[in-house]
Amino acid sequence: MTLSGLAFAYARRRPFATALVVALAAIGIAIATLTLIVAHELEGRMSDDANGIDLVVGAKGSPLQLVLAGVYHADVPPGNIPYASLAALRANPKVASAIPLALGDSVRGFRIVGTEPALVDHYGATLAAGAMFDAPMHAVIGSDVARATGLAVGSAFAGTHGLAEGGGEHEAAPYEVAGVLAPTGRVVDRLVLTPVESVWDVHEAHHREAGGTTAAGAKGNGASHGQPQNGRAKPGNGSATPGNAGPKDGGADARHADDDRELTMILVRYASPIAAASLPREINQSSALVAASPAYETARLFTVFGVGLDLVRAFAAILVGASVLLLFVALAQALEERRYDLAILRALGARRRDLVWVLMAESVSLAAAGAVLGLALGHLAAATIGSWLPAAAPLAAAAWRPVPAEGGVFVLAIAGGILAACWPAWRASRLDVAATLADA
Amino acid sequence: MIELTGVEKRHGEALAVAVASWRAGTGEAWLLAGPSGSGKSTVLHLIAALTQPTRGRIVVANRDLATLGTSERDRWRGRTIGLVPQRLHLIGAVSVADNLRLAQRLAGTERDDARIRALLEAVQVADLAHRLPGELSQGQAQRVAIARAVVNRPAVLLADEPTASLDDEHAAVALELLRAQAIESGATLVVASHDARVKPLLPHAFVLPAHEHPRRSAA
Repeated sequence: MTLSGLAFAYARRRPFATALVVALAAIGIAIATLTLIVAHELEGRMSDDANGIDLVVGAKGSPLQLVLAGVYHADVPPGNIPYASLAALRANPKVASAIPLALGDSVRGFRIVGTEPALVDHYGATLAAGAMFDAPMHAVIGSDVARATGLAVGSAFAGTHGLAEGGGEHEAAPYEVAGVLAPTGRVVDRLVLTPVESVWDVHEAHHREAGGTTAAGAKGNGASHGQPQNGRAKPGNGSATPGNAGPKDGGADARHADDDRELTMILVRYASPIAAASLPREINQSSALVAASPAYETARLFTVFGVGLDLVRAFAAILVGASVLLLFVALAQALEERRYDLAILRALGARRRDLVWVLMAESVSLAAAGAVLGLALGHLAAATIGSWLPAAAPLAAAAWRPVPAEGGVFVLAIAGGILAACWPAWRASRLDVAATLADA
Repeated sequence: MIELTGVEKRHGEALAVAVASWRAGTGEAWLLAGPSGSGKSTVLHLIAALTQPTRGRIVVANRDLATLGTSERDRWRGRTIGLVPQRLHLIGAVSVADNLRLAQRLAGTERDDARIRALLEAVQVADLAHRLPGELSQGQAQRVAIARAVVNRPAVLLADEPTASLDDEHAAVALELLRAQAIESGATLVVASHDARVKPLLPHAFVLPAHEHPRRSAA
């Protein structure tokens, strides 16, 4: 029988108080752990998704909206920009790469992105099946899209207006799945990628069906849908590839048509770190475009998120604090009940520090039990939320990965246990053994 | 061996006990008698170094207790003194056997389960080794308390009013057990009691005088 064994025996002999202390500590620590997992996952995902994108160039409006729409695909874009902006940016020596995005439609809640194969390379994605899109109305879908929609290579689907399900469908212009990407853990898993021409063509067809004018003459109408416009005289003729600085056929009409084409935004990577100092200002001052830095906007976003997370953490801290207080009360009460026990232990040869150890061991073991249970519950909650809520699905995968700050949570819980036992342990060490035995 | 010389214990100005001189030899069995409030328990606590004398010298098992530091005193007590307290208090959270193991652990002696088994058999509670103290009768608890007191083979065995709540038969059994275990351990036995039934069973007696409580010492 060791002193630690005695401490555990004391804890076992008060099952209700022990369970209450452990449960309260566990709930508080579980909430704290859940917020840590969510914040860690959110920060990791946002950082991963923005990795390699130095600037998002788009229409005048909120830079945050531009980043949310272009990097995280979590918002509608502020508007469209001329297709010619892409060539201008690519001609700029400060730009290493510029990838166009044409947004507007979705399929079953997953965004359709008109772009180039360079976007797939940017996210480090590889094909799990099929081939890369190489013609208008061909699409490559992310792994989450494939899993959620059941679409596979060869499947056909129609896009709908906007990001939400239930918008008007472009049934006249169906897409065909050319390839399915392997999971990357990045935003591309939730995207449907297609050539920019597809987006132009879909809306060209849409406006024709709606009895509208030609796209070149109906820019305002198209803009009301928030769709990039195709100014070509013959939509879908494929004469101009967005990856080119201009039309390859070289005709005057075609060049004019390219001038009227639109994109939603452009993802830019600097040619050198020096560009960070001048390129955003150059774009913002010398054109009708806005250059938004994902790093800066994400940091701003986290100051807002941070307040909410801090509030939840404060609530968890209150619960943990209450459990420490309850532990203190339980130990103080136990001290009174065990005065004669403690006196007998001293009579049997226990030193003052032995009594301190017994109380500390009991308190710390309860705090540790609460911490371990709380950490496990926090991870379980993350896994459960991740599996129940489609929007929180990434949590399910991250739920059982340890978060670095968890060690700090455990240490704080142990510190709370030590703190709760300090006064009872001090009282125990000062016990007047002879007087206590004589009081019997 | 126990030797008290010019010992006084005061609580503030109040005299708790005074012993001019008393010596109990190794292996002897003594009755520490005196009326209620005469300081019998205080003398036992002084011998066990649970409290310090206000003045005087106490030597137990050839150690002058004044020379022991606080931590050293605790460890010395665990190894040298066996105490059967007035209230037969066993640690309720652990089993009978663990109560004895705890006494070994606190004295810093080697764990000796064979010794514990033998002792519990000697006091006829071997079948209760895994029971919790709350499940024992008064008589069984007293036997366990005696076994716990002698588990480390102490040089001195102290018992405070061991027959106070027992009928004649159980009182005789308890005293016989104490004597047998003291002899087996070679311990000096001191039984503090004001119970008239005890006196005939112990060969030596030291009687503390009655004094009023609280009493101021003579100037």
